[in-house]
Amino acid sequence: MAPLASQTVDLREPAGWRRTKNQIMTVLMWGAFVIVLIPLGFVIYTVIEKGAKAISWQFLTNGTVPPNVMPLGFGGMGAAVIGTLEITGFAALIAIPLGVLGAVYISEYGGRNWLAKLIAFMADVMTGVPSIVMGLFIYTLWVLHFGYSGMAGSFALACLMLPVVIRSSYEMLRLVPNTLREGSYALGATKARVTVTVVLPAALGGIVSGALLAVARAAGETAPLLFCILTVESTNTNLFSGPNTALSTQIFANAQSPYVGAQARAWGAALTLIAITFILMIVARIVTARFTRYAR
Amino acid sequence: MSTATEADPAIPAGSAGALAHRRPLGDRGFQIMALVAGLLVLIILILIAVTTAQQSTTWFTTAGFKGIFSTVWNPEANQFGAMAFVYGTVIASVIAIIIAFPVSIGIALLLNEVVPRRWARPIIYVIDLLAVVPSVVWGLWGIIVLVPKLQTLYTHIASGVKGIPVLDSLFGGPDVSGASFFTAGLILAIMITPIITSLSREVIATVPAIDKEGAYALGATRWEMIRGAVWPHSQGGVVGAALVGLGRAMGETIAAALVIGASAEVTPHLFYTGYAIPAVIALQFGEASGGEFRAALIGLGLLLFVITIIVNLVARWIVERSARRARGA
Repeated sequence: MAPLASQTVDLREPAGWRRTKNQIMTVLMWGAFVIVLIPLGFVIYTVIEKGAKAISWQFLTNGTVPPNVMPLGFGGMGAAVIGTLEITGFAALIAIPLGVLGAVYISEYGGRNWLAKLIAFMADVMTGVPSIVMGLFIYTLWVLHFGYSGMAGSFALACLMLPVVIRSSYEMLRLVPNTLREGSYALGATKARVTVTVVLPAALGGIVSGALLAVARAAGETAPLLFCILTVESTNTNLFSGPNTALSTQIFANAQSPYVGAQARAWGAALTLIAITFILMIVARIVTARFTRYAR
Repeated sequence: MSTATEADPAIPAGSAGALAHRRPLGDRGFQIMALVAGLLVLIILILIAVTTAQQSTTWFTTAGFKGIFSTVWNPEANQFGAMAFVYGTVIASVIAIIIAFPVSIGIALLLNEVVPRRWARPIIYVIDLLAVVPSVVWGLWGIIVLVPKLQTLYTHIASGVKGIPVLDSLFGGPDVSGASFFTAGLILAIMITPIITSLSREVIATVPAIDKEGAYALGATRWEMIRGAVWPHSQGGVVGAALVGLGRAMGETIAAALVIGASAEVTPHLFYTGYAIPAVIALQFGEASGGEFRAALIGLGLLLFVITIIVNLVARWIVERSARRARGA
């Protein structure tokens, strides 16, 4: 009996250390998650706390002022809210149809040919192109010839959104079962008709939510707008000509200011911008949850 | 459908074979539209290189090889050396990847191997929230809230490591500043964590269940299973994910521009103010009225484009290859 007991003790000794090591590693993995929570919670708390003080109906509709010494009561972000909405909206109008069409090419027409593979691969690579390079690109291609306008900003944002929309739509189209396509071919439909009336509707939920996430990311982008819209203070409802303004570039300008009033306006604008992007993201989640037919 | 174009004696005349030759105009038009939209990706990438190269030729011709590869950036004297910015970009993004990589892998393993599926969803949402907070908001928070706090922390660390050989030159020095290479690295680390996490999560999810069950059957603990079954299988893809994150960190502009301190210095001191390529473009483009100044900034953009494209090509190739191997092809 005695040797057997000592043997079990011998066996348990390494098991104890192995178990401890396992527990340490599990704690470290949870720790990694907590480490990420800290800055996220901190930044959201700060934006809400400081932004709520600045925000009012007046703030959201008043004309914008330069980042200067004026206290918080003066000026607001009205022009910037309008600018952000129209610039991002037009960018979405360009990038979403093109992105979905590009995804249709890769998944429905490309099959296994080299061009479709190359486009899919380069779309992945394009998501890594820095946003500031997109800004410089539109500056050299458009602004140098046609001048600053909200539309130039939309072009830059559309360039950023395009590969994201292509990737997310492609993933969704791939999930549509082939039997659906075969069934409609059997009824004599052409490929375009099958794609538009059967495949795209089947993947619609996923495509819409992916596109909304891309729009949410684009709404917060600053760098591509810096050289395209020439951040001004007045409201410009004409998207196609004349300098414009946006929330993100206003935050950037005000953040560099040493004045308390300007910084307060930056926090107010930051809360507005985060609210816009979070609303888009939540809508995307709802769309995913309710309308996705084929999920991974 | 290519299979239908061959005439088959079994099919009655005038059926599928003939139809395939007479595709309606709308059908063909739709295919061409889709093709053009797809090609747009390649066209944009090529145009970026062409237009920025065109606009920056004066920089390359007047500054010459030696001018570009110098560390002197003095727009008043028409000296536009790029190396201080390249140095700052590399240092800040390497700091970011050193911090973000272990954290991201930890979260990816947590999501795939530790928590049950219905718990994983909310955690993924939270990580995605990090990616949705705009870069400029991180920058605003960084410069107004974080920088003053870090200033005191850095000063304490600097006085603590005074006189210790290597640590002193990395973390010491009399001119420590809250806005520095290290602060930029910290902010960038937060911003690239979501992309590295989601890419490595996808890679780790491809590990065959049978490998994991085999490890458990041999009596392995969860950590030993991860070391023995998950890690060897997903090593390559995870490195690729880290490279994608590195590319993001190099190109991230606004947050870095606000917290890096904006001084073109090459120094080993991580707590000193520095500069990065995207930051200098964002901050100085407005005042760059002169032809060569603007050409130099656009040239820096082209340089950044080339660097990030190379990093991303390598990264995506690695991810793709490991994904293909995982599928067993």
